[in-house]
Amino acid sequence: MSSILEVKDLKVSFKTYAGEVKAVRGVSFDLKKGETLAIVGESGCGKTVTAKAILRLLKEPPAIIKEGSQIIFNGENVLKMNKKRLQHFRGGDISMIFQDPMTSLNPTMTIGNQIAESLIIHKKIKKKQAINEAIRLLEIVNIPNAKERIKSYPHQLSGGMRQRVMIAIALSCSPKILIADEPTTALDVTIQAQIIELLNELKREFNTSVVIVTHDLGVVANFADRVQVMYAGHVIETGNKYEIFYESKHPYTWALLNSVPRLDIECKAELHPLKGTPPDLILPLEGCPFASRCEYAMEICLEKKPEETSITDSHRVSCWLQDPRAPKVERPINLGGTTNE
Amino acid sequence: MSKEKLVEIINLKKYFHVGRNEVLKAVDDVTFEIRRGETLGLVGESGCGKTTCGRTILGIYNSTDGQVLYNGQNVHKMSSSEKVKFKKGAQIIFQDPYASLDPRMTIGEIIAEGIDVHFKLKESERIARIDDLLEKVGMNSDFRSRFPHELSGGQRQRIGIARALAVEPDFIVCDEPISALDVSIQAQIVNLLIKLQNQLGLTYLFIAHDLSMVKHISDRVGVMYLGSLVEITESQELYRKPLHPYTKSLISAIPIPDPKVEEERQRIKLEGEVPSPINTPPGCKFVKRCSYAMDICGKVSPELKEVEKDHFVACHLYK
Repeated sequence: MSSILEVKDLKVSFKTYAGEVKAVRGVSFDLKKGETLAIVGESGCGKTVTAKAILRLLKEPPAIIKEGSQIIFNGENVLKMNKKRLQHFRGGDISMIFQDPMTSLNPTMTIGNQIAESLIIHKKIKKKQAINEAIRLLEIVNIPNAKERIKSYPHQLSGGMRQRVMIAIALSCSPKILIADEPTTALDVTIQAQIIELLNELKREFNTSVVIVTHDLGVVANFADRVQVMYAGHVIETGNKYEIFYESKHPYTWALLNSVPRLDIECKAELHPLKGTPPDLILPLEGCPFASRCEYAMEICLEKKPEETSITDSHRVSCWLQDPRAPKVERPINLGGTTNE
Repeated sequence: MSKEKLVEIINLKKYFHVGRNEVLKAVDDVTFEIRRGETLGLVGESGCGKTTCGRTILGIYNSTDGQVLYNGQNVHKMSSSEKVKFKKGAQIIFQDPYASLDPRMTIGEIIAEGIDVHFKLKESERIARIDDLLEKVGMNSDFRSRFPHELSGGQRQRIGIARALAVEPDFIVCDEPISALDVSIQAQIVNLLIKLQNQLGLTYLFIAHDLSMVKHISDRVGVMYLGSLVEITESQELYRKPLHPYTKSLISAIPIPDPKVEEERQRIKLEGEVPSPINTPPGCKFVKRCSYAMDICGKVSPELKEVEKDHFVACHLYK
């Protein structure tokens, strides 16, 4: 499988009155055709900024994409695209689903017109054709009575319906990559299950690559192929989902897996919350960003940022515990992902 | 845990009139009990009436019909002096830690409000009490003079808990206390709530939509759908052996953070969405989305029956 998207050493900062906030600090990854990559982490760890940077959706300024950052889509550098190319790129090549379907649809336009809008721009077809296509798209995303529904305004639809409309818009020009930023966070679980299933069907049918940003590890286990764990603007561990859930190496990944209770395990043990708060991204970071909250922190962790170590071809981790001189640490017994030996 | 009933909810109804001839039945004929020292979880999708139920139990809303008995006393028929006493015993923690703290008051003032109503304390005692409460929720006395905007979401929720504890209550309604927080912070707050319960012997009504967290914290769990309580039982039992078709689909919809388990799981698909709670037709409210629906389901609404020991379900499938 070849890579459809490559991100190399992406650094994004925001200029504020208080100083420069380094939100993303050197993120690299690639996405293969038909693959689903999940980006997980706490709020403020830079997952959404990374996703938006790929589409060049960050307002510049205040955002600055630093020199040396590279985003390469099918061999083409996204950061060097001109306005016209960008317009085609967004929506045509890559599209995005946002977290809050309430605020990301235009309240003054019918949903039919909103779906048709991108079709008219990207496919250069007539309005009437576009509306017919919109009906077809609504049927694909399982909206009943699509012919009538295209005349509705967003406020007449429920949250789940709106998210389906968002997906229909995102899919309208058959993009090669779909970026979904917390697509189910605002929805109820039964609706979440419907939306995830819909995304799974669409993925199979159109062989779309997906980047999903989420903090729900259950969704990751169900939906992703590969997982990338972010902390304070860094990717601290990346691997396929089995490696992350069963053989993760980074204490932060352990902590994430340990902090959620599991429905299928009968265990009343205390949850293991992460202590403290993530570092302030306005301050310079010395050493490992997680050191101050890490149970296993050593002297070196506070002084020097750990290098990335490859465990397997797909599994990489940045942690001093991987150093041969570090003490051997057992992966703690998990409430989250019990080790399947 | 004793079987002594602390709160009894009997045929409780709360209707809102939302327009001419339109009635929103937010809580429709709900009966259950909350036992002293236990945590009762209440789950359901948004709009199912769980928050309204919690608020009506505390007398924040007047009930349309039915009774709430707290220690045998009807909450909605109390004299004003009885009400003051009741409110010292029963408190609430709100969902949104950003909206539920007055931005113009210091943390000390927020916590002390209840203390000033219910206890006559000297200034030094009062401050000692505030500091003690802050310590109980894992914060130090420096926070006393700070304002809510200086605090993170998790810290604010701790203040919400300290405020509820200030009057030494027996019973706390936790209305989605963690859903506005980050995953790692959620675990902190849940651990704190469990610790306080063990220390102080509190009784919780824990309202949330996150079934995995509810199962973790609760002794028993009730499931609500469109204003009705459809199932209530011991929390492990609910997961091990859900009886109501809605509970089954709700449990199967929750993804489990374990890829191998997820691959083998069978999902029960739930078609459509929760219908509008305005002017609901007679019969079981779940009938339109239920794959086991029979003739009777559209006509007679099922009553909550004890099908197995301590396992109540409202469904015509169980006789």
